[in-house]
Amino acid sequence: MPSALYAFEPTGRRAGNRVGAARRSWSVRHARLLEFLYCRFERVLIASGLVLRWIGFDRLEAPVASIERAVKGALFDCRMCGQCILSSTGMSCPMNCPKGLRNGPCGGVRPDGRCEIDAEMPCVWVMAWEGSLRMRCGDRIRQPQIPIDHRLKERSSWLAVSRGEHALDGGESGS
Amino acid sequence: MNQPQADVARHLDAAQFEAGQVSAGRLEHVLRRGEFAVTAELDPPDSADPKDVFDRATLFGSAVDAINATDGSGANCHMSSVAMCALLIRAGYEPILQISCRDYNRIAIQGNVLGAAAMGVSNVLCLTGDGVQAGDHPEAKPVFDLDSVSLLGAIKRMRDERMFLSGRKITSPPRLFLGAAENPFAPPFEFRPLRLAKKVAAGAQFVQTQFCFDVPMLRAFMERIRDLGIDQSCYILVGTGPLSSVRTARWMRRHVPGVHIPDSVIARLEGARDQRAEGRQLCIEIIQEVREIPGVAGVHVMAYRQTQFVPEIVHESGVLKGRAGGMHCPAIGASSD
Ligand code: SF4
Repeated sequence: MPSALYAFEPTGRRAGNRVGAARRSWSVRHARLLEFLYCRFERVLIASGLVLRWIGFDRLEAPVASIERAVKGALFDCRMCGQCILSSTGMSCPMNCPKGLRNGPCGGVRPDGRCEIDAEMPCVWVMAWEGSLRMRCGDRIRQPQIPIDHRLKERSSWLAVSRGEHALDGGESGS
Repeated sequence: MNQPQADVARHLDAAQFEAGQVSAGRLEHVLRRGEFAVTAELDPPDSADPKDVFDRATLFGSAVDAINATDGSGANCHMSSVAMCALLIRAGYEPILQISCRDYNRIAIQGNVLGAAAMGVSNVLCLTGDGVQAGDHPEAKPVFDLDSVSLLGAIKRMRDERMFLSGRKITSPPRLFLGAAENPFAPPFEFRPLRLAKKVAAGAQFVQTQFCFDVPMLRAFMERIRDLGIDQSCYILVGTGPLSSVRTARWMRRHVPGVHIPDSVIARLEGARDQRAEGRQLCIEIIQEVREIPGVAGVHVMAYRQTQFVPEIVHESGVLKGRAGGMHCPAIGASSD
């Protein structure tokens, strides 16, 4: 089952971290560009809401989710939590934090900025902070995030955006 | 696009300083009165004997305002925080319930909060929790359903809006003084104060920090805290504790997540004839220095396996200024079975 490979679970150390960490460090270094592209993309998603509704969101769910998984997996090492907040986390996917923290780093970050749990991995939130400094709307990192909804795991957050359920930036008001 | 900033600021303004005390507890009362508060951590027993809790609490004498009942600290299994709180209340002490996101989901947490409040708990400290790999059950499933910020929000909602996260009504809300932890000594340093602001916005009314062995670093942190006005809406208690030897210091540096001990401290212990006494002296000096930093409202003493020295440390530091801490009731505490 491919989903098991990507599913987010706060279970500590996970295989494949090294490749993922390299991807994440790339996306954080290009946070500004990605932010720009994401803002554009979000507008497209919202604008195409009616068309997508006409085709049927249910029918689109599986194919769109797999495209989203492939694209965001490659760019951000995305874990498909289904409620994307990348724009509020400096383009560093917070679901790669072994504790699944969505509001900032824990108190255990090592002096060299690596993760308390996985000494090989840079802390997701140290990267998130660096990314947010590069972004135009990096201040969004200051916004408190609500608890994650575990039912949305593996679902497409792009479709959720075009349904008007949440914004790609995780903010209530959209961008 | 500075919506988030506005959000945080609005919450900071709406702090409940003037609104009166939210809990019936001593800790909140002491802090609101502007006294320098002292809290301490109780070593949790690995037993089912209540006497073990009473005996340890007695060691604090009248030196502390509230006692932290740790919740599986370091991811090691001990008596539960809720149970220790209940026992401490029975013996006349004021406990601080600790909840770590590592071990429970939102259903268990909210149930525990109601139960603890029903038993008379007035304070709760919301923590992320160390990873399971740090403790004696590294094979356990880490839960982390909520994080410390959303945990604060959940309990605040239970208290102020009288409802569970689900929106279901609570008939009698828990009156709790809400606390959080922060580590000014771990990266990303510039983000730490903003993260604390997030916690305050989510509901934190007091903060206990990680061990402070580096006062200049704390000063820099506090400066930023004052710039952001966080000290105006949240009481900050600085974590301290005596190091028993240079070996312990080195061990902590390597094995306890998030503990920063500068080389100068190691060198000072190493050069001392009586390392244990030097560790206590250092702790006293740090308490005295920290007390002078504007915005610091108290200290939190973590004296693992050195609880008996806590009264001495607190009294010698002079922070209580002659006032008696504690809700110590010797009649109950000493004679309990
Ligand atoms: S150190 Fe960073 S990545 Fe690791 S558990 Fe803590 S917050 Fe998550």
